[in-house]
Amino acid sequence: MTNVLLIMFAAIITENFIFSRFYGICPFLGVSDKPSTALGMGMSVTFVMTISSAATYLVYYYALVPLELEYLKTVAFILVIAALVQFIEMFLKKYVPSLYSALGIYLPLITTNCAVLGAALTNIQKEYTFVESVVFGFSAAIGFTMAILIFAGAREKMKYADPPRAFRGMPLVLIAAGLLAMAFSGFSGFSF
Amino acid sequence: MMKKTSYKKIIKDGLLDNNPTLVQLIGMCPTLAVTTSVVNALGMGVAVIVVLTFSNLFISLLRKIIPPQVRIAAYIVVISGFVTAVELILKAYFPAISASLGLFIPLIVVNCIILARAEAFASKNPPLASVVDGLAMGAGFTCALTVIGFVRELLGTGKIFSSSDGTGGISVFGSGYSPAIIFIAPAGAFLTLAFIVAAFKSVRNRFDDKKEVARVELVHADEASPAASEEVPYTDEDRDEFAGKESDVK
Repeated sequence: MTNVLLIMFAAIITENFIFSRFYGICPFLGVSDKPSTALGMGMSVTFVMTISSAATYLVYYYALVPLELEYLKTVAFILVIAALVQFIEMFLKKYVPSLYSALGIYLPLITTNCAVLGAALTNIQKEYTFVESVVFGFSAAIGFTMAILIFAGAREKMKYADPPRAFRGMPLVLIAAGLLAMAFSGFSGFSF
Repeated sequence: MMKKTSYKKIIKDGLLDNNPTLVQLIGMCPTLAVTTSVVNALGMGVAVIVVLTFSNLFISLLRKIIPPQVRIAAYIVVISGFVTAVELILKAYFPAISASLGLFIPLIVVNCIILARAEAFASKNPPLASVVDGLAMGAGFTCALTVIGFVRELLGTGKIFSSSDGTGGISVFGSGYSPAIIFIAPAGAFLTLAFIVAAFKSVRNRFDDKKEVARVELVHADEASPAASEEVPYTDEDRDEFAGKESDVK
């Protein structure tokens, strides 16, 4: 149990996917314009990452290992994730239309979100058990959501800034992300 | 449609006009994560060049066979095949680089640059042009990564070109230099990239302004007051140069 709690704490705070591992930077910079879209993206990632952590665990230990095809894990995982995203999209569209209308536009983007594949590969690399894998996937996604939500809040205020011409647009956004990363690096003092 | 493919334009696009890192800002995960040293940045760059060139070639060859409905899935399969090959080669021949790049080698699969080039270029153009595009975009990515890696390693450790396990390297500032560790830390990655992108933009802005000014001067040679540059703030240096040019015209 403590092990699971430690994994959760590390994945959300000390080894935050955005600020210390750099997984999922594209959506972090791309869809953090407004807190509402950021939350939508974060929720979709949480949903997909939790399920895909479970699915890739099962595929790896019950299909690839018995067949001695471990070296194909990258190919297998990305296909599993792509199929899963497609499946989730169809499922939500048919049975939970309200959730689909909220998350629908973000789902196709998640296939190429490196956070999802990164979490799946990290689970294998660290030899987590099934429960630990699912917990890791879920908490890493919560960390992602938290980061993107905080950042979207900060970016909303930045619209009123008047930076030098060269810093307009992305450079200013990157500097804000740097300052936020600095704040998060304060947590790295926690070590167990 | 242009009949003759302009290779010069493709190359210039990849390196400058549409540089994936400095202009389009895509593929940010490896850009920020592996640029703690020049060697790591170069290793990542070369891996991306190889994958991008081969995947562009194959997707271009298969572009008439792949049905449009499943094209993204087909691209991902092609790309992940090459990524696995590169991963195994690196593991076998360059274990140190493979260890320090870690998961970012398999994560090339989801690097937006490669999928973006497959979708935007290789699926519409003949094989040779696609290969050139892959090489140019890959080179643009590698150059940007190397510059970022150079700045971060120099300021963060005081050395450059140390091997991926942190040994060796040329000490630039001597042993009295206490390194600014922030540049190796994640926060430094964001800040360094921000300043490099801003510097690149500022140089390009200046270049574009000059072109614009030259054009306007041609049009309004008799008026001598370029209308287009009124909104654009200039530095004093620019204004001096500018004044000199105006008087030349007169």
